[in-house]
Amino acid sequence: MAVCVQVDDFDLSAEMALMTAGRADIGALVSFTGLVREINGGGGMELEHYPGMTEKALQKIEAEARSRWDLQDCRIIHRYGPLEAGAQIVLVLTASKHRQMAFEAAEFIMDFLKSRAPFWKKESGRGWVDARESDEAALARWKADITKT
Amino acid sequence: MNVLYFAWLRERIGLPKEELETKASTVADLVEELRGRAPRYQAAFADMSAVRVAVDQELVELDAPLAGASEVAFFPPMTGG
Repeated sequence: MAVCVQVDDFDLSAEMALMTAGRADIGALVSFTGLVREINGGGGMELEHYPGMTEKALQKIEAEARSRWDLQDCRIIHRYGPLEAGAQIVLVLTASKHRQMAFEAAEFIMDFLKSRAPFWKKESGRGWVDARESDEAALARWKADITKT
Repeated sequence: MNVLYFAWLRERIGLPKEELETKASTVADLVEELRGRAPRYQAAFADMSAVRVAVDQELVELDAPLAGASEVAFFPPMTGG
């Protein structure tokens, strides 16, 4: 299970330990953690998702990353439900022999996850978060959009 | 066919999911059909540039065919991460 959609928090060091346990072929381990940013002193947010499609979308993104880069391993954890300011939302871990592949793959996964995985943020007292054009533009550099059929 | 709504589409339409019989052959036809049912659907589908669609959990364009589909979902642009 390389992809996980869950309410519960995650532990970066535990995930890293799990990924590297019993092997020494990994030369680079890149992690990205997304956090709930506090806006104008406001509280947290509610993260809605589309059960079923979310897992499929994340698996598709992971599979595409693995086909583009020679990864030793890959892990995506995305939370949903109520999240307080400062809480962890998303974890991406990529492992490869050399750093460049792991760096690029982690960026690729985050770029697609932002606007191609069915999650919607609703900020407490502020309403639904609008999608950012810059997130859509970020996909352009990876050329082929993998999630449109 | 199951039709699902998420985020502000769910709020405007007032339900997360409904089962309906339709003869619509494309997503766009289905949207037209839904618009004719009640003002709340018109409100939800007023600006289709702000609506994304998935058929059987795959993102598709508005003109996508519905033949054989069992689940259609409408939602705003995604804001994950």
